[in-house]
Amino acid sequence: MFDKTVAELSRALGRKDISSVELTGVFLARINKYKDLNAFITVDPERSLAQARAADARIGKGGAGALAGVPIAQKDIFCADGWRTTCGSKILSNFTAPYDATIIGKFNAAGAVCLGKTNMDEFAMGSSNETSYYGGVKNPWDTAAVPGGSSGGSAAAVAARLSPAATGTDTGGSIRQPSALTNLTGLKPSYGRVSRYGMIAFASSLDQGGPMCRTAEDAALLLNVMAGFDPRDSTSVDAPVPDYTQTLSGDIKGLRIGLPKEYFGAGMNPEVARTIDAAIAECKKLGAQVVEVSLPNSQLAIPCYYVLAPAEASSNLSRFDGVRYGYRAENYTDLLDMYCKTRAEGFGAEVKRRIMIGTYALSAGYYDAYYLKAQKLRRLIAEDFRKAFESCDVIMGPTSPTTAFKIGEKSDDPVAMYLSDIYTISVNLAGLPGMSIPAGFDSKGLPVGLQLIGQYFDEARLLNVAHRYQQATDWHKRMPKGFE
Amino acid sequence: MSLDREQVRRIAHLARLHISEQEAAAYADTLSRILGLIEQMNAVDTSNVAPMAHPNEAGLRLREDAVSETDQREKFQRIAPAVDAGLYLVPKVIE
Amino acid sequence: MEWEPVIGLEVHTQLLTKSKAFSGASTKYGAEPNTQACAVDIALPGVLPVFNREAARMAVKFGLAIGAQINHRSVFARKNYFYPDLPKGYQISQYELPIVSTGRLTIDVDGVEKVVGITRAHLEEDAGKSLHEDFHGMTGIDLNRAGTPLLEIVSEPDLRSSKEAVAYLKKLHQLVVWLGICDGNMQEGSFRCDANVSVRPKGQAKFGTRAELKNINSFRFVEKAIEFEIERQIDLLEGGGTVVQETRLYDSDKDVTRSMRSKEEAMDYRYFPDPDLPPLILDEALIEGVRATLIELPDAKRARFMQDYGLNAYDAGVLTSSREMADYYETVVAEAKSDPKIAANWIAVELSGFLNRDNKDILHSPVTASMMAGLLKRLADNTISGKIAKDVLAAMWSGEGDADAVIEKKGLKQITDTGAIDKVIDEIIAKNPKQLEQYRAGKEALFGYFVGQVMKATQGKANPAQVNELLKKKLSP
Repeated sequence: MFDKTVAELSRALGRKDISSVELTGVFLARINKYKDLNAFITVDPERSLAQARAADARIGKGGAGALAGVPIAQKDIFCADGWRTTCGSKILSNFTAPYDATIIGKFNAAGAVCLGKTNMDEFAMGSSNETSYYGGVKNPWDTAAVPGGSSGGSAAAVAARLSPAATGTDTGGSIRQPSALTNLTGLKPSYGRVSRYGMIAFASSLDQGGPMCRTAEDAALLLNVMAGFDPRDSTSVDAPVPDYTQTLSGDIKGLRIGLPKEYFGAGMNPEVARTIDAAIAECKKLGAQVVEVSLPNSQLAIPCYYVLAPAEASSNLSRFDGVRYGYRAENYTDLLDMYCKTRAEGFGAEVKRRIMIGTYALSAGYYDAYYLKAQKLRRLIAEDFRKAFESCDVIMGPTSPTTAFKIGEKSDDPVAMYLSDIYTISVNLAGLPGMSIPAGFDSKGLPVGLQLIGQYFDEARLLNVAHRYQQATDWHKRMPKGFE
Repeated sequence: MSLDREQVRRIAHLARLHISEQEAAAYADTLSRILGLIEQMNAVDTSNVAPMAHPNEAGLRLREDAVSETDQREKFQRIAPAVDAGLYLVPKVIE
Repeated sequence: MEWEPVIGLEVHTQLLTKSKAFSGASTKYGAEPNTQACAVDIALPGVLPVFNREAARMAVKFGLAIGAQINHRSVFARKNYFYPDLPKGYQISQYELPIVSTGRLTIDVDGVEKVVGITRAHLEEDAGKSLHEDFHGMTGIDLNRAGTPLLEIVSEPDLRSSKEAVAYLKKLHQLVVWLGICDGNMQEGSFRCDANVSVRPKGQAKFGTRAELKNINSFRFVEKAIEFEIERQIDLLEGGGTVVQETRLYDSDKDVTRSMRSKEEAMDYRYFPDPDLPPLILDEALIEGVRATLIELPDAKRARFMQDYGLNAYDAGVLTSSREMADYYETVVAEAKSDPKIAANWIAVELSGFLNRDNKDILHSPVTASMMAGLLKRLADNTISGKIAKDVLAAMWSGEGDADAVIEKKGLKQITDTGAIDKVIDEIIAKNPKQLEQYRAGKEALFGYFVGQVMKATQGKANPAQVNELLKKKLSP
């Protein structure tokens, strides 16, 4: 049962082969059994089962949607009414959210069951889930390795079959990179496709929430619920939501796949290179053609991102001051001291580093050289994609330069950590949709992810290509040893 | 571009982050390295490029002027660190 | 050394929208603390701003009224700083691209007109309130006000005296209330003024260093604060010192300005465009829609009153001090069909006397426009004299009914019957032979005495003009 996909579970629930209560119980037991992975920050069996009971009643009445009764793990970045919501931080360790994020409301309306809040890098800043106040997460494929980040808990949960699916968020690769490192199908939608209301903000112009699943079909089912215009989010786009499951099976004969020459240069990890080449060959077998494209400003994506994201974050995180909610320092002399101690004690090292860099980039005299310059580079990067898409339909390449690295391997060197985002970051800067799907394994048995990048609001095409690839391969079905 | 401890202290103050002397030195080092990474931006001439704030060019959506929120003070203040008579309490502010 | 003061004013006006600038919470004044502070207003993690259309329309209305440039594209920027009444740790404001730029306001100082430039007007959100008493060494924060839309109006440093400053403020105040975009209540904080004051040797082009005087909440205090500050700076400079660029508070008890202790050196607000809010694009439809609602502005109305009704500048000014007053006047003139100048006097002087005495505004006058018209009709048709009319008005003000009711009840109808007046005159003359002799002998001042006696005998009801005419006849030898 725990190895079934969301689509299969949905059908089973509909046929009443199993109840949501039973199903939820199965996953709650597994979460407890494998708690050593540390994939979850908060589990509340009572709440989950209450939702499951309500879902069973709805299914009983008939006419319930595809996700009714399906347990979904929620990244602890989404505010859920009555649930502790920590964002991986000490500063929100005592924060019980008093309202639902829009997507949580949508999942609730669809009858899904919240299985718990998953672990994540603090305030979504990280690529290995090692910055969480609640401890690191283990990669089910190698428990001495990281699952990637920042959505590391969601990745580990789904990979270890502790949940059939999970939500993640992606600002510089935080859905796609952990998906690649844990053999998952993760989708970062186009900017503005999914509401950010209630999703604790890291970098407002880059953040997007999306599904992390084991199949493209599951991702389509989740995206159907998550996507849509939200009047509470001024950056939300008012465009209709297609039924993403309806276009999964289309033929991809003649599909033009763009391969950016900058992504395939020398210095690429040979095992990753080999696996990606094989994946692309597979796509050609399905009728696609390959075209070389160029994204000349790729290299600038990292410095550009590491100005814009910290700058926006430094401002977004100012509200964490111990006044209206969250952690407040115990000992302070006056107001200024309260602010400074609360924030120094409540935030972890990586968050503080990024706040400092961001504050510096916006400060008097540096705005033009840093922030404004980065916004200009951003336009060049977006332009590169626009030009590339003149000759192709989908861009492909590796999601991550390496497979899962060891816990502790990069945590001492922030710059080294930042470089692991090289393939994913420019997609956020341009606001385009991106997916990572399982493409094979390296000699150590660690998963390799294939990244698909689409044009603005072309998620349906990405899901279609991913689905066709998954019908011809079975990488995505593999299960890590020890979790059977 | 590298940062010295004085600059680090100024930035920490702007960001309301208490840092010790050792931390100031450590930050000066790490932040300088990050700035080294960021300086790569200067490799490209962007004098004729318009800044891009959002991926799409849509304008701001306007909301109708209507009261849509109700009083949730009790719920919101249940999670507050210090409250009295409906007010949030902070150490006294000296004007 | 002759010194010239240079003053620029920044006024924050709370816009009269029903809901806040970026959330749907109510902006009503006086609610229990934090009962009008929703999730967005208290900056819970994850919340986002959505902008209020009406705030944009009100800003446009103001811009059109001052002949300003309306910027079709303006940008909201974050002004970052930490303060307990600022929940997000930043204020959403406008920085490089405000919604309104370069307009002007014409002021009148002692009969001299001056055009004052307005540099810009931009939209932003208000902060909450801090209460410092009653909390045992703590400060209490009320966020009801947080998020209320403000229009910050910045003048050019064109003002050269505290008098000009007050004239500008009063004009601006009248305009925003007139346009219906702000209630102008300075005690409640809906119209707040900061003054930038500097001095320079007369004839020098370069501006001196300026001090910013903050949060002065009455016209009188503005004048005094600026006066004090000008003196302070002149004394300082003449004594060889230099003016420090700083923020100062006005202490109305001691009538001094004081440096703000905790204010840091030049705040670094790290302005950047708010990534949660795309640019505000105003389409022609919105602007023209607002233009269509623009009613006749105070200056235009005053000029028209002077022209069409033949009023003097003072009366016209009083009658156009508010839209309600102007409407009242025109209703009275139309209904009474009497001499507009007479109507002007009765409203601008007589009625206004009662309004001021009892601290009422024209909307709450117990004497409605119809009632006033009724009174003027009785004056015009000679039912009562001018002097009696004053008493009737007083009675009407006290709620004793309309003009006819009061006249009837108190029997105040004027005596215009020549025969009746003659009779009274004869009686008075008969009772005062000595005065008659003295008058006829040349003591002309006694005429007034006889008039007084006749008026007394008739309880003031005799028509004065007729009394004069008939007395003259009867008293002459």
